[in-house]
Amino acid sequence: MGTFTEKLGSIDRRVIFTVIALSVVVPLAARLNLPIPITPGPSTDMFDAVEALPTGSIVLLSFDYDPSTMPELQPMAFAITQHLMRKDIKIVSMALWPMGVSLGNEALTSVSDSLGREEYVDWVNLGYKTGGGVLIVRMGSNIKSVFPEDYNGNSVDDIPIMEHINKLGDFDMLISLSAGDPGVPAWIMMAGDRYDIPIGGGCTAVSAPQFYPYLGTGQLIGLLGGLKGAADYETLVRIGQDDPPPGTAIPGMAAQSVAHLVIMLFIILGNISYLAGKKKKGGVK
Amino acid sequence: MRLFVPLTITFVAGIIMILQFFVPATQSMGESLQEWYMIVASFAIFIGAANLLQVHVHRIRFKGRNWKYSPVTIVGFSAMILTGLILGIEKGTPFNFLFLEMVAPMSATMFSLLAFFVASAAFRAFRASNWRATLLLISAFVVMLGRVPIGAMIWPRIPLISEWIMQVPNLAGQRAVMIGAAMGMVATSLRMIFGIERSYLGGAD
Amino acid sequence: MLFVLPLLVFTGAIFAQSGDIASGDGGDCFILSLTAEDAPNDAGGGIDLEWTVSAHVTEPDSIVLERLDEDGAWSSIGTILPVDGSRTDEKLSNGLEYTYRAVSFYGGIPGTPSVEVSAVPARQWIHKGRIGMLILLTLISLVIFYFIEQGKRGKDLYIRRIAGLTAVEDAVGRATEMGRPVLYIPGIMDMDDIQTIASMVILGRVAMKTAEYGSSLLVPTCRAVVMSVAQETVKESYLQMGRPDAYQKGNINYITDDQFGYAAGVDGIMIRQKPAAIFMLGTFYAESLILAETGRSVGAIQIAGTAMPSQIPFFIAACDYTLIGEELFAASAYLSKEPKLLGSLRGQDVAKLFFMIVIVIGVLAATIGESWEPAARVADFFKTITSVR
Repeated sequence: MGTFTEKLGSIDRRVIFTVIALSVVVPLAARLNLPIPITPGPSTDMFDAVEALPTGSIVLLSFDYDPSTMPELQPMAFAITQHLMRKDIKIVSMALWPMGVSLGNEALTSVSDSLGREEYVDWVNLGYKTGGGVLIVRMGSNIKSVFPEDYNGNSVDDIPIMEHINKLGDFDMLISLSAGDPGVPAWIMMAGDRYDIPIGGGCTAVSAPQFYPYLGTGQLIGLLGGLKGAADYETLVRIGQDDPPPGTAIPGMAAQSVAHLVIMLFIILGNISYLAGKKKKGGVK
Repeated sequence: MRLFVPLTITFVAGIIMILQFFVPATQSMGESLQEWYMIVASFAIFIGAANLLQVHVHRIRFKGRNWKYSPVTIVGFSAMILTGLILGIEKGTPFNFLFLEMVAPMSATMFSLLAFFVASAAFRAFRASNWRATLLLISAFVVMLGRVPIGAMIWPRIPLISEWIMQVPNLAGQRAVMIGAAMGMVATSLRMIFGIERSYLGGAD
Repeated sequence: MLFVLPLLVFTGAIFAQSGDIASGDGGDCFILSLTAEDAPNDAGGGIDLEWTVSAHVTEPDSIVLERLDEDGAWSSIGTILPVDGSRTDEKLSNGLEYTYRAVSFYGGIPGTPSVEVSAVPARQWIHKGRIGMLILLTLISLVIFYFIEQGKRGKDLYIRRIAGLTAVEDAVGRATEMGRPVLYIPGIMDMDDIQTIASMVILGRVAMKTAEYGSSLLVPTCRAVVMSVAQETVKESYLQMGRPDAYQKGNINYITDDQFGYAAGVDGIMIRQKPAAIFMLGTFYAESLILAETGRSVGAIQIAGTAMPSQIPFFIAACDYTLIGEELFAASAYLSKEPKLLGSLRGQDVAKLFFMIVIVIGVLAATIGESWEPAARVADFFKTITSVR
């Protein structure tokens, strides 16, 4: 029979799983909301870069994720689309992941309908093509050969927004919301570095740290990392808006706050047990 | 001769891919090679599917270990293949329904398991065993607090310190790993292209 | 001798032709200037067109870029916006001269056309934006090959102990003693990923150990091509160890291309078969911790390795040994102790030292360059040679 402090160090992982589940479910069920403080960082850099684009600019928005990472990336898709359309910036969208097309379309149609924008004039969804990095390189010289038709099967030659878009260099900015490979790194290496296009990114919280080197070199102009990045952007987009539509990232941050506190509590308990055990061993010596 | 053919193919393909990066005039050769790879990989899907069926049919036939799971795999596999091939994959088709209402939620479920595993791994791994581990522990706490609104409520400077940790020490570490790994990639590629590394072909010498 | 190739290419760069440049001024035309130039750094067939517009001439309703056909007629290659811009005309024949002009339309009536400009498309033999990288790659290759030669000549090459690789034999031995299988997970990417290739090389070495010890080796794969390569690699290893009878093709199977479907499948194998040793070597994404924690829950000794910076912390937290970044690529040399491979490792380390020096000098030059111009030029030079376009 170990002491209580020793037992703390060997809590069954099923107990940890249950407490974590509760720490996420309860705040979501209770609709707990916390204010999102905005501090200067990659999220504000991203917002400022989009804000600096003049009206009428054209942005390529690539939805490089699938439903598994939707909780983190879909709120970003909504917030960014809303920001771009509100500023009358035209959006050409595509996907390097097959399921990204429908997820992107959902965000585009929803925001477009709410703001009264018109498909093919203010935005277009080109759809999905396989190839990753190779595809991006080909788009660098000729987009219309890579995407002869849009998502709905219409010829891109007949789409007004595509009239003056021939290659990647014709875009004013490129934004990739990515859950892995192909995603942000492919866009940076194959498009940003080759054609000098400013690139913004959105990614899961797990992969955010690996993109910081690109922020440091300016290869990425901004980055939305995980639910926090999405909540930051939702907050920034809402500033000054009378009737902003609800987003899912801000409510999610309350649940994430509690979950982080619970994990920290477990780590503290584990360390109490560890230090108590160490002290005991020292005493025996 | 057994090693000569694969080593020659590796060498020629490797040199073409290096050349096409530096010599624009040879780009079409590189593009052709990449297309060939895509074609070979596409055919390999059939080999993969055949292998999957073969393994599970064999398991059912000979009542292998845990054979009762195999019919589930075969039924799932057949349902996706048949609905997709016969009725198409467009919106509103059974394939699309299965993908959106079954495959997608199951993938999301697997991804969400990460939250539980992160908690249990953090509980087990973060021990203040020495000063370096303690420093790591404190950094983890600051970043965890800095990434959620509650951190700023405790002390408004926590998000700023968290961002500094991400942009300075984290960035330095990430760069070091990336540069080291890139050198490893270059050396491995050269070893493969020039046939110095051939253990993957069963030839240690 | 093989270095002659890149050196020839580099020499070619010095003599490379820059292509024709033609330009014309617009007079009272809305298009103030139009230039045509062979598109740089391409395989030929492209002409870059660039134009500026006048602020003093009435803006037209539309502007059409036209190319002179072989039969002497002008044909449209597209409309352009009434602002300064550029476009590349593609799919042209190399060596032929092409002539262009821009025509402004007012209410459907063509105005004064711009001046006519011509250029000849040509293929380039060197990508000028990559010369610096070519020089660096040649230098690195020379250093690596020098040390490979040193290794071949029997020079004693020290390699530091890598705990994760030293444990490979123990892990396989443990699995044999316990009568449980060894599980090898080669990541989730295809054979065009260098980490998967490195993983296949290590699989060959691990398979030799399992063949030697007589343990069962399971290799579930996420890609069909990886499965085929893994089968061949393991088969060859068993042959080389004189144990072709022990090779079981059915143990190396394809699961699914889907990331989390694969993770679920492999987790199932872990739970049901309870392997005593698990190797996770290759490219991993979010599934890394899901696999490693499940492996840990079944009590397996786990050796992981990846060059994915974001997944390394997860492996360190959940596995017994982790190969960090470049250690994954050093594994084959370490396990085989072959002099040639060890030599390449030494070369790799020397190249890394070179880059460390470049980084330090570059950082110092950029810092001092803030107040001293010559240092800024040094920093710019380093930036140029290490950049790729």
